[in-house]
Amino acid sequence: MNQIPALIRVFAYLSLLTVGGGMAAFPELKVLTVDVHHWLTFKQLIHLYSVGQMAPGPNMMMIVSIGQWVAGLPGAVVVLVAFFLPTALLTFIIGRLWNRLGKWPWRESIQRGLAPVSVGLLLAGCLTMAKGAITGWITAATALAVFVILLRSRINPALLILGGAVVGLLALR
Amino acid sequence: MHRKATNRIPATTPAGPELVRNVAGLPGKLSVFQIFRTFLLIGATSFGGSVVAYLRNSLVVKHEWFDDKTFVELLSISQSLPGLNATNMAVLAGDRLRGIAGAIAAIVGMCLPGAVLMYVAALAYRAHGDRPLATAGLKGVAAAAVGLILVTTLQLGRKSLSHKYDLIFVALTVIGVNQLHQSVPRVLIGVGVLATLWYRPRKNRREVSSR
Repeated sequence: MNQIPALIRVFAYLSLLTVGGGMAAFPELKVLTVDVHHWLTFKQLIHLYSVGQMAPGPNMMMIVSIGQWVAGLPGAVVVLVAFFLPTALLTFIIGRLWNRLGKWPWRESIQRGLAPVSVGLLLAGCLTMAKGAITGWITAATALAVFVILLRSRINPALLILGGAVVGLLALR
Repeated sequence: MHRKATNRIPATTPAGPELVRNVAGLPGKLSVFQIFRTFLLIGATSFGGSVVAYLRNSLVVKHEWFDDKTFVELLSISQSLPGLNATNMAVLAGDRLRGIAGAIAAIVGMCLPGAVLMYVAALAYRAHGDRPLATAGLKGVAAAAVGLILVTTLQLGRKSLSHKYDLIFVALTVIGVNQLHQSVPRVLIGVGVLATLWYRPRKNRREVSSR
């Protein structure tokens, strides 16, 4: 069955939900790719998402992996365009109108109003992911350790994620 | 509204009359390839969470294409729109540097390395992902990623929340998505409108009707 139209629909829609960060779209990403379209399991989604945190560049590149799984190279390309084109266009247009919007009193209101919502959406995404990723005390301790270390030092997070892999290999087999 | 500037690829002049030049007045001197190469390098080396620091390092410190004030302004536009900071910043910076062609060069350069990497990762995961060793490692990776994302969220909160009432809107959003299982757009619009009205312009109410 040709999944390309579904890929376009799902990822163009998801792109508009990434307010504050990619994680904001995670709950909806889970529902659409796992529950609705059965492109992958929740466990696989969490694995790919986590591996994606180690990749350089925008931190949602794991969507390329989903596209590849579902429809090979065309799937990967389609997902990439569907996910980045709508927001890129919007940003391009608003970027040029920004100075005019500067005089619009509601701009400030919208910015201040959206700030707590985007923090909330990131937190909600994080909780959705934690439900699948935190399965026992070792995974909980790993997440907590990464959290504390990152708050207290300037170490590169990618190294800590690699460290997580080592913990997994040693303790989660 | 913003006139014809979008469908014209500027050769030597910055596109669009409302375009704000960066202080150095550099747009036009940069080639599209230079912009592509710079963002490709950022896209290939920005390991670990926030791309913004890498962007600032390259665009402000190394190349001096923007001053800090402009950079922060672009960042604030990026953050108030949907889309990832990394790609929104690429579009805005690319546009200021070289119009629409610059914006395209910047976003493609930014995305290409990570996309290729995750394409290969998808193939590898499909082939070997359910081996016990891989599963064990991935469990640890996922747990560590939860810690990272939590820190990122906390840092964004510290930076962007100024009022204790903000926490109520944060809580409403989380409860809406996680407890009440409402779809993200419904919560985004519902709580977003509520919070925007809460912070509505206090003076100059007359402007409101012109939305």
